Amino acid sequence: MPKAPKLAVWKFASCDGCQLTVLNLEDDLLALAGTVQIAHFLEASSAAVRGPYDVSLVEGSITTPHDAERIKEVRKASRMLITIGACATSGGIQALRNFRDVEEFTRIVYAKPEYIDTLEHSTAIADNVKVDFELRGCPIDKGQLVEVITAYLAGRKPTVRPHSVCVECKRRGTVCVMVARGEPCLGPVTQAGCGALCPSYARGCYGCFGPMESPNTASLSGRLIQLGVTRKNIARVFRTFNADAAAFREESDANDARA
Amino acid sequence: MTHARNHTLRVGALARVEGEGAMLVRARGGRVERVELQIYEPPRFFEAFLRGRGFTEAPDITARICGICPVAYQMSACNAMEDACGVAVSPQIRDLRRLLYCGEWIESHALHIFLLHAPDFLGYPSAIAMAADHRDLIEMGLRIKKAGNEILRTVGGRSIHPINVRVGGFYRAPTRHEIGLLAEPLRRARDEALTTVRWTAGLEFPDFEQDYLFVGLRHPTEYAVVDGRLAIGDDLEVDVSAFDEHIVEEQVQHSNALHARLRDGRRFMVGPLARYALSRDKLAPIAREAASEAGLGRVCRNPFRSIVVRAVELLHACDEATRLIEGYEEPERPAVEVPPRTGTGHGATEAPRGTLYHRYAIAADGEITEARIVPPTSQNQSQIEDDLRAFVEPRLDLSHDELTHSCEQAIRNYDPCISCATHFLDLRVENL
Repeated sequence: MPKAPKLAVWKFASCDGCQLTVLNLEDDLLALAGTVQIAHFLEASSAAVRGPYDVSLVEGSITTPHDAERIKEVRKASRMLITIGACATSGGIQALRNFRDVEEFTRIVYAKPEYIDTLEHSTAIADNVKVDFELRGCPIDKGQLVEVITAYLAGRKPTVRPHSVCVECKRRGTVCVMVARGEPCLGPVTQAGCGALCPSYARGCYGCFGPMESPNTASLSGRLIQLGVTRKNIARVFRTFNADAAAFREESDANDARA
Repeated sequence: MTHARNHTLRVGALARVEGEGAMLVRARGGRVERVELQIYEPPRFFEAFLRGRGFTEAPDITARICGICPVAYQMSACNAMEDACGVAVSPQIRDLRRLLYCGEWIESHALHIFLLHAPDFLGYPSAIAMAADHRDLIEMGLRIKKAGNEILRTVGGRSIHPINVRVGGFYRAPTRHEIGLLAEPLRRARDEALTTVRWTAGLEFPDFEQDYLFVGLRHPTEYAVVDGRLAIGDDLEVDVSAFDEHIVEEQVQHSNALHARLRDGRRFMVGPLARYALSRDKLAPIAREAASEAGLGRVCRNPFRSIVVRAVELLHACDEATRLIEGYEEPERPAVEVPPRTGTGHGATEAPRGTLYHRYAIAADGEITEARIVPPTSQNQSQIEDDLRAFVEPRLDLSHDELTHSCEQAIRNYDPCISCATHFLDLRVENL
């Protein structure tokens, strides 16, 4: 019998939510553990096996000099490196520092800022090393995670579609919250994957899966203005969990400049 | 053979805890000289970037502090904002919040008991390794955990970072039918939680007790979760708005998380042992009886038995959720209006691992001008170090590996949430 592929899970600056998605597999967790060797996963196991690893899942963004080195080691030890979640894919909420002065942030939070070793910017993993696949979401979706792991184990490309959240609303038959109720919604420019959750709970999408493949953010901003949203609020809504993803960053900057 | 009484125990990366931390214990001549719980999880600056955001954004943003207890952040943020704006929610909305929070307690406690802590007692590196010999037990744990996650999904829309919570209530109230679907898995989870209490009670615990000062929320009629007054030991109970008057934080060089103390310098403990000591009489009868049967007594001072207390709370949460589901009526409106005004608001709730305090100052237009967040793990940090000190010293003759493992277990007793603990706050600590 061939040896079970080695799976590793790594954490950088983040909330642990995407790793928890692995443990939340519940019905499939023991099946997964029977298929792969969970070789490194500190949140779940105190036993770690040396690399190289067949597949590495990486959560979190790079925010310290130490982590900028550590991610290179992870890359070297991994055949496939897959990022999981908004932090790893776009710098996450930590990237809100990228729009401000990090020294000021440190002074606000810490009495002794000199003890704190942190980088000026929070960056995505792909800004630091080569990434084989990026799984979006804050947090990632369980179904997509299973698909991605399965695909890499089978040696094929994962089926994760690049269309917008709008398509998911149409598929599940959710009435458009923006058209029907004038509710501001980032659905038209946001990558699908959550199953259009927010509109199904009567609220507009707030963009936790980040920009879709070809988002027309300027057009959406125009529509939001018509709905009475201020430039300042538009800038805020693009600056949340994927603030440093290029399309969202540019649109937030454009609105910020006109606020 | 007697092992060296000069020891340095170092665990470079703590496993089976949330976030990134390390431990250092140094002993010389049979005396412990230095204990450090080192939190090297990078700082994430939430208090800084909350400034300038809208007050309605706090529940979604602060949820991202922790993937394991996002509801705790959402609920404390909502309480604080509603306090700042002088608004109270309806009893139906409050009940729906309690139900959502029960979901988080069930999910988080089951995760900790079965996947993170149980392997320590049975001698495995992980629950997955443990499943090879105890598959039924792990499967039971995963089923209980799933029942909690189902509540989070139904009420919150998603189990990690729920999307349905807003200042004033919810975006949409679930229908009676949707809530009704939770009843069956929950009844089963309640039965299995009782089994869990009995199973944990039978584990072997080191003989170790500490004289803790317990701090936590207390409510006149409930085992406090979504709100209450702050109890400090047996004799003092104050409004949550007085949190700052009693609890201060200081920065230490070895940790990116601040250490909390009472103003008079005493360390204290929050979390299951504290809640149990402060509110045991408010537990659901089934949980109280199970606690007695498990031999817990009125107060439990052995931190290794926190796994039993967590199981009792798990049972309580399952029972409470079952009752909330049976009595559920769709609120007339899913949220109350919360018009902003200039002011400061305080909010505290009981996260699975202890009291979580938020304070915000907001401007007339609802913009946050100051934010302060004090997570349970920061409050417990100093107590965790003290446990290590007291636990290790009489055991310095144990082998290095045994001692290291025991220390890791002592840290895991607290179910520490390290990501939560790294981004505190604007503090006024003088003279370090």
